[in-house]
Amino acid sequence: MIYRRLLGFPSWEFKSPFAELERMKRQMDRLMEGFGGAYQRPYAGVFPLINLTESKDSYFIRAELPGVVAGELDIQATANSVAVSGERKIPAENKDARWHRREREAGKFSRMIAMPGEIDPNKVDASLVNGILTVVVPKAEVAKPRQIAVR
Amino acid sequence: MADGKDITVKEKQELTTPAEQTTPGAVFTPQVDIFETEKEITLLADIPGVKSEKLNIDLRDNILTITGDIEAVGSVAEEGVLIEYDTGRFYRQFTLSEVIDQNKIDAKLGDGVLRLTLPKVEKATPRRIAIKAT
Repeated sequence: MIYRRLLGFPSWEFKSPFAELERMKRQMDRLMEGFGGAYQRPYAGVFPLINLTESKDSYFIRAELPGVVAGELDIQATANSVAVSGERKIPAENKDARWHRREREAGKFSRMIAMPGEIDPNKVDASLVNGILTVVVPKAEVAKPRQIAVR
Repeated sequence: MADGKDITVKEKQELTTPAEQTTPGAVFTPQVDIFETEKEITLLADIPGVKSEKLNIDLRDNILTITGDIEAVGSVAEEGVLIEYDTGRFYRQFTLSEVIDQNKIDAKLGDGVLRLTLPKVEKATPRRIAIKAT
């Protein structure tokens, strides 16, 4: 390789100045993977962000919805999915208000959450406290883990 | 404001402070709206999960500090299936250019939104601000 460069041969390695960067990026990606997925957060790209947890009997869906009133929320459940939709309204302020910052966003949202197992849609319970929505979704009887006695 | 458009998803912004926190845990920057009228400055901050007794508002030397601690949700028996956001303390600091009447500061917290009214006037002495739950 050195000889080729010395002799002024065009070397394929130097065709693109980004090739080296690309290679480094690939290497970095491979390194990051080794950390056990901490850098790869599942991301649906739909508002609101949710945390789904499960216990033995139920699933728990949590979402941060500050400024959303319970009446503006619509939650629907089927045998294997839960849909959360609603609207966040930010009331209009004084007309002569001059804004320094406007980071909070108002608008509609709708999200479908596919449950990992069968649920009981009749017993779904939702509460909205301090801007945090908690939906308790009981698992269907058939989906609950059963202890099997070993004889 | 509410013109029916969809909310775009934003990841919670984790704060990376130059000074390290003494208590471990993630710290997030709440989203705020700030507007000013002739009489007052109003600040609205989204701090879901913060209870009024865990919210701290401090104003001294023109620096307004908002700190909100949250309580852990759920029980130990729960296992994460899909975790899209983390929770932790909310923290944000602002330098106020106007002189604020410290005795008339009003803070309301409801549905995870803090509404802080800072009336403009002269004179500034440090004072802790009591929070009313709504």
